Amino acid sequence: MTAPWFATAIIAGVVVLSTTGEVLTAAAMKSIGDLDDIRAQSGLKGAIKAVVTCPLFFGGVGFLAMAFFALLFALNHLNLSLVAPACASLTLVTNAVAGKIFLKENVDRRRWTAAVFVCVGVYLLAH
Amino acid sequence: MAHHRLSLRQYLILATVAICAPLGDTCLSRGMTHVPAISLAHPAALVAVVFTPWVGLGIALLIGFFASYLTALSWADLTFVLPATAFGNVLVALFARFWLHETISIWRWAGIALITLGVGFVAQGPSRTEREPVQ
Repeated sequence: MTAPWFATAIIAGVVVLSTTGEVLTAAAMKSIGDLDDIRAQSGLKGAIKAVVTCPLFFGGVGFLAMAFFALLFALNHLNLSLVAPACASLTLVTNAVAGKIFLKENVDRRRWTAAVFVCVGVYLLAH
Repeated sequence: MAHHRLSLRQYLILATVAICAPLGDTCLSRGMTHVPAISLAHPAALVAVVFTPWVGLGIALLIGFFASYLTALSWADLTFVLPATAFGNVLVALFARFWLHETISIWRWAGIALITLGVGFVAQGPSRTEREPVQ
């Protein structure tokens, strides 16, 4: 039986690493531009080159890789029915906050409502 | 905010993100529950499990997810892509109900309804924040 504080710490670790990785990756992809347009102009090689020559992208991938191993660790100690919805729900909310603060995205009422609905929905789906 | 209408191809990319992520997580879970408990004292053991079949399949699905996710982020906001692709959770629940004949409680149906509403909300709105060009 895993102690509640340990479960909370593992899930919090996954959420923080995952949010940091997703914000950095989103910032990288925003700075690169529409990949479909790049692929239409310079082919798949050009699109891959545009992604792998962006330093922010590697920052994001680094954090997402750490989040992945933290998730493996969490799945090894906790049930999927706890880990998947808890991480998915909390990450939605932390990403909405981080998207507004760091990416300056227009998180309007519609997006907040969607984030809250999905968050509660994922929680209910696991119970 | 101007309203960017998504093309069929862009909807297909969002659908790939939605399907590959929960399927990949399920494969990882199946793989990880079949290996002995790993302690923080031996983190290298986490690398070894990457080469087991279920974890390997989960990783392949998650690579498909990541490629489509990056493409989606290049033309849509993070706060649009994440809720819009949450529909994958509903697909997994419906798959469990109608193919595996698992029972879905009233709470789960409520969850499915809420996620569907949330996805509907965000999908009706603009996919990207418009910015004034720098002078």
